[in-house]
Amino acid sequence: MVGALALSLAACGQNPGADAAADGASASAGDLSGELSGGGASSQESAMEAWRAGFQGQYPDVTVNYDPVGSGGGRENFISGAFPFAGSDAALDDDELADAEAQCGEGGVIEYPAYISPVAVAFNLEGIDSLNMTPETIAGIFKGDITTWDDAAIADDNPDADLPSTDITVVHRSDDSGTTENFQEYLSTVVPDVWTYEPEGIWPVDGQESAQGTSGVVSAAQAGEGTITYADASQIADLGTVAVGVGEEFVEYSPEAAAAVIEGSPRVEGTSEHVFAYDLARDIEGTYPIVLVSYHLACATYEDAEQAELVKGFLGYVLSEEGQKAAADSAGSAPLPTALAEEFAGAVDAITAG
Amino acid sequence: MSTDTTTPDATERTRALLTTAEPRRRRTDRIMTVLIWGAFVLAMVPLVSLLWTVLFNGAGRISIEFLTYSMRGIFGGDPSGGIYHAVAGTLIITGWATVISVPVGLLVAIYLVEYGRGPLARSVTFFVDVMTGIPSIVAGLFAVSLFTIFFGPGARFGLMGAVALSVLMIPVVVRSCEEMLKLVPNELREASYALGVPKWLTIVRVVLRTSVAGLTTGVLLAVARVIGETAPLLVAVGVTDSINFDAFDGRMMTLPVFIYRQYSQGLATCRDGQADCVADIALQNAWGAALTLIAIVMLLNVVGRLVNRWFAPKLR
Amino acid sequence: MTTTDSPPAVPAPAPARPRRRRSTGDTERGFSRTFRWITTGAGALILATLAAVALFLVARAFPAVTASPTELADAVPRYPDDTSFIAYVGPLVFGTLLAAVLALLLATPVAMGIALFISHYAPRRLAQVLGYLVDLLAAIPSVVYGLWGIAVLAPAAAPVWGWLNDYLGWFPLFAGEASPTARTLATVAVVLAVMILPIITAVSREVFLQTPRLHEEAALALGATRWEMVRTAVLPFGRSGVISAAMLGLGRALGETMAVLMILSPGFLYSFKVFQAAQHQTIAAYIALDFPEASGLAVNALIATGLALFVITLAVNMAARAVVARRKDFSGAN
Repeated sequence: MVGALALSLAACGQNPGADAAADGASASAGDLSGELSGGGASSQESAMEAWRAGFQGQYPDVTVNYDPVGSGGGRENFISGAFPFAGSDAALDDDELADAEAQCGEGGVIEYPAYISPVAVAFNLEGIDSLNMTPETIAGIFKGDITTWDDAAIADDNPDADLPSTDITVVHRSDDSGTTENFQEYLSTVVPDVWTYEPEGIWPVDGQESAQGTSGVVSAAQAGEGTITYADASQIADLGTVAVGVGEEFVEYSPEAAAAVIEGSPRVEGTSEHVFAYDLARDIEGTYPIVLVSYHLACATYEDAEQAELVKGFLGYVLSEEGQKAAADSAGSAPLPTALAEEFAGAVDAITAG
Repeated sequence: MSTDTTTPDATERTRALLTTAEPRRRRTDRIMTVLIWGAFVLAMVPLVSLLWTVLFNGAGRISIEFLTYSMRGIFGGDPSGGIYHAVAGTLIITGWATVISVPVGLLVAIYLVEYGRGPLARSVTFFVDVMTGIPSIVAGLFAVSLFTIFFGPGARFGLMGAVALSVLMIPVVVRSCEEMLKLVPNELREASYALGVPKWLTIVRVVLRTSVAGLTTGVLLAVARVIGETAPLLVAVGVTDSINFDAFDGRMMTLPVFIYRQYSQGLATCRDGQADCVADIALQNAWGAALTLIAIVMLLNVVGRLVNRWFAPKLR
Repeated sequence: MTTTDSPPAVPAPAPARPRRRRSTGDTERGFSRTFRWITTGAGALILATLAAVALFLVARAFPAVTASPTELADAVPRYPDDTSFIAYVGPLVFGTLLAAVLALLLATPVAMGIALFISHYAPRRLAQVLGYLVDLLAAIPSVVYGLWGIAVLAPAAAPVWGWLNDYLGWFPLFAGEASPTARTLATVAVVLAVMILPIITAVSREVFLQTPRLHEEAALALGATRWEMVRTAVLPFGRSGVISAAMLGLGRALGETMAVLMILSPGFLYSFKVFQAAQHQTIAAYIALDFPEASGLAVNALIATGLALFVITLAVNMAARAVVARRKDFSGAN
């Protein structure tokens, strides 16, 4: 895997002069108040709404804001100190981690996966709800090598389906997105012979249809017959979905099968104590291998005591059983495996002011 | 021809025009009438379709609750909550932008029409035109850069958005007001001077009053131009789901940003049998907010027209 | 006020007026002078604001313009390998101009038609309501135009574009392969045209309504038909106003972000195939699309494209003013 994919780092930012958050409220343990404003990856937005609502429900005097400015914006603002916490679809790379440590202090960056969601390969074909496809077939279609729905590569795996001879119209994300990067990461890991592009947030194939954002690609896919796209599984509405070949079997997406991926994946080594980044394993039997893993970034120490309490309280809530369930219910994400959630919570608990 | 009927050449042309074959002239006239009606009908098709789409999709969402509650604590497919915070934010930010832009824009227009000569005026005219070409997102980035110099990197508050909008709004105010002021006949100004009225009073009492209808239209157009801006506000003001009336502190939500965010959110996840869960609630919210925004502008228009009626001299 | 306060009642040639006043100092007393300084100050403020924006743009664009192609290709997504900065901005400039010009070509004749309809053709009472309706449409936010473009226009336009592509494919604009989703430049141009229509109409209408009654009546008295009256009295009088209005509309079309962003399926080519997907992109939509994920030099490159848009507007406005300047004589204040 290349690039800043599944490595992650976290940075943390204090908020020196930035007083969007200071409503003059004072923080005291157990009774939080004030305003906490972070931002970053828009993939987390639905889950973030649930988390914010749940946390604000517990502490009515707290307002938490999340600017869905994108992963890059999230990382940049975190490193500059504008966001005390941030969400990012990719972990911090080495340079960014160094910059973040300059902001948070040596070894003071906390980074861990907080949001895991299956990415569905979805298509719009009249009367067909599900198709089996091997990774080679998926890569061939998205690369533009396989151009009609009744191509032998598709038909061989779906003997029962009545496939039309319609042209395949690929719809991809036009913006720079973590979903695209994760999807390409999957293809280039599993079928490097077919998917020869270097995975990045921008789609590499020219001349195909595209649209902005998850809701954009979904509505574009719905608008044309014979379209295929990839999107966060909770958003694909009534489109048909692909059961992806893993080893000998075909796996339909499900949050559980997606969460299983991270359990089986090794943590990236050589990073500091609180940086939990993962190299995703894409070939474990029974798991759904196309997953979006989105990280949270925070600092271990904050100058402002109120801010430290708010970040600690909020991220602690996100990792709690209640928080993970809220996200699963409202965003269709996969709850973190309990053991991992507890490990991450340990790092968050260590947040102090000073 | 009416403008230069005194020259012999024009008289010649007029005669030629009148003596050409009658049927051809009448046919041209009829064709043009049809074309002009046709242009009107043609333009109405998309406009009516658009209004109808907004009304059809948005009307169902409008309720007292929708207009008087914020989205604080609302998530997923929960169909409660509303857009009060976004309405307040839009009115406050656009209000501040107007407070900044209209005096500046109007004074610049007066300067250009009544005083402007020489290099300063020429460069102002030129650069006002250039300003109309500032992409809205660049205006937002500019406001962020400007304010972060003074308030640190995390600064996000309503006035930043108002400043970004002003950068977009001032040139529109100047351009349309300038056109309107130019239309005031010189005879009126000269008559006023002849009566011994000083120039500034002539401008305020004669020029501005004569053109007040056009000026109002110009200002309303400018407000309309910026009230729907999304990109700069997203960058400069951020988003929130709580109510905030203070333009000098804290993030604010505005209607266009709300619409865009709700649209981007897509479908909510509803489990079977879950009560109070509407899968496409975000889209419904977006259309409802769009309808509200249009209604607000409509209201501003009505107010503007009433102002016109009270102040405009009866000319024709 | 005394009579000495007033400028000479003789309709002196306009350019001479202020100079004479400044030299004598007597004719402009009290608040008049303050007022002149206030308005001049406002003019200077505009220049200062614009200088600040320009400074910001140039300062942030500078690193990208001066960076080597290798550095840029490294840092900027979508930057083509081994090309100069011009080759990177070129297709974006082309796409921006093509979209805006098509929109202007579609909108201006129709807008003038509506303006004339409201000012001279429609029954008086109906005209007021219509004028009101058109003003209202100027206020629909671009996000809503985007929503409408996706939900209503694109599906409706797809078969029309397909038909034009099938039967008139020999015409360069209609060539290529029509997209089944119609998220192409043709659809964007129509949406932009609808967006700028109310702006052009509103300003043109005001100008047409200001045509001196005497001119119109003189034309009619000479036996002109209604169209001849419009052609000879109304249109020449309103010409500079209409051009200004069109420039306002063009400004909006050039800088429009959200609607293009939501509708267009972008590509980076010099292509006239307006029905084919993945051919064009506009500068404003490009900035909005890539800005969230950009960092470092990529941000500089995006702002440099913003600078390019600035330069385009500059050029367009200079051209427009050249046209207007030739017809100055119809302005009341001159």
